[in-house]
Amino acid sequence: MLPDEVQVMHELSICRAIASTAAKHAEGRPVTQVTVQIGHLRQVVPDALQFSWEVVSSATDLKDAELVIEQVPAVIECLHCGAATTLESPILVCGACDGSEVKLLSGEELLVVSIDLVDA
Amino acid sequence: MHADGTSHVHERDHDGRHPHDGVTSQVVDGAPSDVGDHSGYTETGQTRITILENLLSENDRVADDNGRRLAASGVRAVNLMSSPGAGKTALLRKTLERMGGSVRIGVLEGDIATSLDADQLEGAGATAISVVNTSAGFGGECHLDAVMVQSGMERLPLSDLDLLIIENVGNLVCPAEFRVGEHARAMVFAVTEGEEKPLKYPVMFRAADVVVVNKIDLLPHLDFDLDLFLSNLTSVNPQARIILASARSGEGVEEWCDWLGGQGERELTHSED
Repeated sequence: MLPDEVQVMHELSICRAIASTAAKHAEGRPVTQVTVQIGHLRQVVPDALQFSWEVVSSATDLKDAELVIEQVPAVIECLHCGAATTLESPILVCGACDGSEVKLLSGEELLVVSIDLVDA
Repeated sequence: MHADGTSHVHERDHDGRHPHDGVTSQVVDGAPSDVGDHSGYTETGQTRITILENLLSENDRVADDNGRRLAASGVRAVNLMSSPGAGKTALLRKTLERMGGSVRIGVLEGDIATSLDADQLEGAGATAISVVNTSAGFGGECHLDAVMVQSGMERLPLSDLDLLIIENVGNLVCPAEFRVGEHARAMVFAVTEGEEKPLKYPVMFRAADVVVVNKIDLLPHLDFDLDLFLSNLTSVNPQARIILASARSGEGVEEWCDWLGGQGERELTHSED
């Protein structure tokens, strides 16, 4: 399910956070790639994030850096039957027993995983 | 995607720890000796530095500071969120009229460009009101972040307050992701918004400790299916406390105020009704 009404503002805010995190670790060295992990439950639209990245990075030292987005599926574990379910929609219900007492295993990630630097 | 992507994917879950915990892994320093596990990259003239840092860690650090400052002053803070027009300000006015005489309430108003919401609250019973316009930076920010709340708090007499209500910018997406130092999160949803909203905006609905279902005085005039909405809400957030209310008629306002008043007496856990 695509969140069709999600504003691009959301992705812009996230891109600014990505840029500042990457810049902090790059310490002025040239960056060629920034890899992020975004959980499905974060409602980030990858195309909108890429677009926002171009806008945000173009004004910074990161303008040559490619943004690589790793999407992390939302996975829940049922507290009743123990089954793990990968969600197709944000409905937190066990796929095996329909139980709604579940623990979220993944899907809320908002991580900068790594940055790639050109060797000096 | 990239060739060695799998080499660090095993780290992503961190035993299910919630991403809001901040830095999810020790930051690897940039010295080349520290990135031996990604040595494949040196052949291409590049070095990969593993960071594994939560994007919101800086925001969350300031949010934690805010939370500590509030706690030190004995103030409980509630982050009030909704889409534009759901009735946050009207509910807030009713809240101040009802509770303002017995509880010292501060209001931190987040607004993109004006103080119109704060103007509506004038004379309603707040001890202090601080307005934070989010239009600094480029464009108007669609949410309050921890730094904005920090600056808004500086203009409030915290030692004279019991409760701080942070009225976030009207938006169903962004405010949910930015902790600001609150002790509890409340969401106002208007029945004019449609039953499917919890499924479209699960991040927001999942973030709420309490959902005030507002404008129920309009139900006779709408096709809104309340049971379907409640079922959608429960499917994305089984723990949410639900209060049916109308800021206009006053229905449910007492229950909401009781919930708010209870925030000062206990650490917030998801209440079971």
